[in-house]
Amino acid sequence: MRETRTVRCETLYARPQCLIDVPTHYCAGCGHGTVHRVLAEIIDELGIRERTIGIAPVGCAVLAYDYIDIDWSEAAHGRPPAVATGLKRVRPDRIVFTYQGDGDLASIGMAETIHAANRGENITVIFINNAVYGMTQGQMAPTTLVGQKTKTTPRGRDPEQDGYPIRVCELLSGFDRVRFLARATVTSAARVRRMKKLLKKAFRYQIERVGFSLVEVLSPCPTYWRMTPVECCEFIEETMVKSFPLGVIKDVSAGEDGDR
Amino acid sequence: MSGNEAAAEGAMRAGCRFYAGYPITPQNEIIAYMADHLPLRGGVFVQAESELAAINMLYGASAAGVRCMTSSSSPGVSLKQEGISYLAGSELPAVIVNISRAGPGLGDIGPSQGDYFQTTRGGGHGDYRCPALAPSTVQEMAEFTYLAFELADTYRNPVVVQGDGMVGQMMEPVALDHLRPPRPHQKPWALTGAAGRPRNIVRSFRGVKGELEKHNIKLQEKYDEIKRTEVRCVKIACEEADVLVVAYGTCARIAREVIAWPPRRLPGRVGLLRPVTLWPFPCRQIAELAERVRGVLTVEMNAGQMVEDVRLAVEGRCPVHLLRRMGGAVPTAREIADKLVALFG
Ligand SMILES: Cc1ncc(C[n+]2csc(CCOP(=O)(O)OP(=O)(O)O)c2C)c(N)n1
Ligand code: SF4
Repeated sequence: MRETRTVRCETLYARPQCLIDVPTHYCAGCGHGTVHRVLAEIIDELGIRERTIGIAPVGCAVLAYDYIDIDWSEAAHGRPPAVATGLKRVRPDRIVFTYQGDGDLASIGMAETIHAANRGENITVIFINNAVYGMTQGQMAPTTLVGQKTKTTPRGRDPEQDGYPIRVCELLSGFDRVRFLARATVTSAARVRRMKKLLKKAFRYQIERVGFSLVEVLSPCPTYWRMTPVECCEFIEETMVKSFPLGVIKDVSAGEDGDR
Repeated sequence: MSGNEAAAEGAMRAGCRFYAGYPITPQNEIIAYMADHLPLRGGVFVQAESELAAINMLYGASAAGVRCMTSSSSPGVSLKQEGISYLAGSELPAVIVNISRAGPGLGDIGPSQGDYFQTTRGGGHGDYRCPALAPSTVQEMAEFTYLAFELADTYRNPVVVQGDGMVGQMMEPVALDHLRPPRPHQKPWALTGAAGRPRNIVRSFRGVKGELEKHNIKLQEKYDEIKRTEVRCVKIACEEADVLVVAYGTCARIAREVIAWPPRRLPGRVGLLRPVTLWPFPCRQIAELAERVRGVLTVEMNAGQMVEDVRLAVEGRCPVHLLRRMGGAVPTAREIADKLVALFG
C-alpha cells in the first residue's frame, strides 16, 4: 500500500475581500490600481468594511467605487472634503475617506482642502499626486514639476508664469488641528509596504478620533508622462522626490506612541 | 419674528439636522438662528468657507440620509448651482433658501425677484428642475420651509424656498404649533456603511453608453409627476374678475392690497393669482382665467421673468402686460393701480 500525505497550504497573499474582482479602467503601470489594492487590504485588516464610506473624486479615479465593495459617494470636482464634512458630521461613528487627485485636491478644491484640514475634520484624505491632470489628457497640475512638459506647458513648467509646484503636506502642516501628514510612493514593493503602513496609521487615527489625516502618494502616470512604467518609477525616485520629499511630515502622536 | 428666523424655525421643526451656510445679506438672520439653535436641538451647524463648500456639505449630509438645509442670497446661490445640479442628478433631497437681492453682479442688498430664472429653470448645468416655493408672509416662510423638506424627501430632489429681502427681513407674528415633527421617510439608498445589505453608491455619473439617457428619462418622469401633483397657487377674487393680476412673494402682498381697493379706483373687478410654486408653475389655473378676463398684468421685481411663463400659460387667450421694478425697487400699490387703470380703464 502506498502512503498518502496531506499537504497543508497556507494562504500568504490573496485578493482583499473588499476588492471587487473586475479589471480596472486604469492604464497599465498607473499608480491608482496599486493604491486601491492597498486601501482594500487596510479596510479588510481593520475590519471596517461595514462602516466605511468612501468619497470618489472627479479625475481618473472617478470610478473608484467600481472597485472597492463599500458604500461610496460621488463628489463634484474638488469638493470631496466638503462632502466628507457633511457626511462625517452627521455620522461621526463611520469611517469617511476621500480619494483625490492633485487637480481635484490642490487646484479646484484647494479651498475645501484647506478648510476641512483647518477645521480638523476627523477624516482621512488619500491624495494621489501624479503631477498631471490624467483624466483630461495630461495638462499641468498644481504639482507639475518645474520644467516638466505637459499639454499646457509644452515648453516645460516655467515658475515665472505658473509658480512652483505646491507641496500640500507642507502647506497643511501649520494647521493646529491637522494630525497626520505623510508622503509615500509606489515605486517598489518596499515603498508600497511603507505606504500601506502610513495609510493604515491614518485610518487608525480616524478610528481613534485623533483627527484630520492626509497621505500623499507620488503616483506614476505612464500615459501622460510619456514613459514606460519602469521609467516612471525611476523618474519618481530620481527627480520627483526632490520636489516632494518622502516621509512623515507631521504626526501629533509620534512622541507618545511612535510607530503604532 | 423675522421671515428669515421663521424659515430657520420651520426647518428645525421639519427635522433639519444639518445646516451649512456662508454669510450674505439679506439672509444673515437664518445663519445666526441656526448657529444659535440647531446644535441645542441635536443638529449640526457648520459655517462653510464658501457657498460652494456649503452646498457640497449638504451633498454629504443628504447622502447620509439626514435632512439638511442651506440658505443664501442671489450671488451665493449662483455659486451653489454646481452643487444643486449634482444633488438633482444624484437624486438627493436638500432644501435651499434663497432670500434674493438685486443684481446683476454684486448689485445691492435691496429685495429683488431677479432670480426667478435661476430658480425655476434649474439654474445649473443639465436638465433638471427644483420645486420652488414662494412665501409672501413670515408665516409662509415657516410653513413653506417645513413643506420644502417634505417635498424634497418625497421626490428625492432639491427644493428651493424663493423669498426676497423684504419677506426675509419683515417681522410678523407666527403660529408654529401645527408644524409637528414629521413622520420619517425611509431612505434605503442612504450611505450608512454597507452592513447587512449590498453597498450603496450615490452618484450622478452615468458612464455606460445609454445609461445617462435612461437616467434623464427617469428624472423627467419624476418632474412630470411633480407637475401633475404639486402645483400650488392662491386665487383671490378671481371668480368674478374682469382683469387678472399675477404676482408672487412681496409683489403679491402689494397687489393684494390693491385688489381690495374700492372698485371706482380700479378698472372693474380685479382678481389676483399668486403662484405659490414657481415651479411647477400654475399654467392650467392661469389659462382657465385667461379665457374669461380682459387681460393679465404681471407684477415683478425684475426685468420681466415670470411674465414669460404667464405668456406661455395664457397662449394668446388675452393680452399679457408687465409692471416691473428693478435694482431693489419695490412697486407701490398706487403704481399697480395706475397701471391697471392705464391698461384697462
Ligand atoms: C468643474 C469641473 N471643471 C473641470 C472638469 C474637468 N476635469 C475632470 S478631471 C480633471 C482633472 C483631473 O486631474 P487630477 O485631479 O489630478 O486627477 P487624475 O485624473 O490625474 O487622477 C478636470 C480638470 C470637471 N469635471 N469639472
Ligand atoms: S491617465 Fe494617468 S492617472 Fe489616468 S489612468 Fe492613465 S496612467 Fe493613471
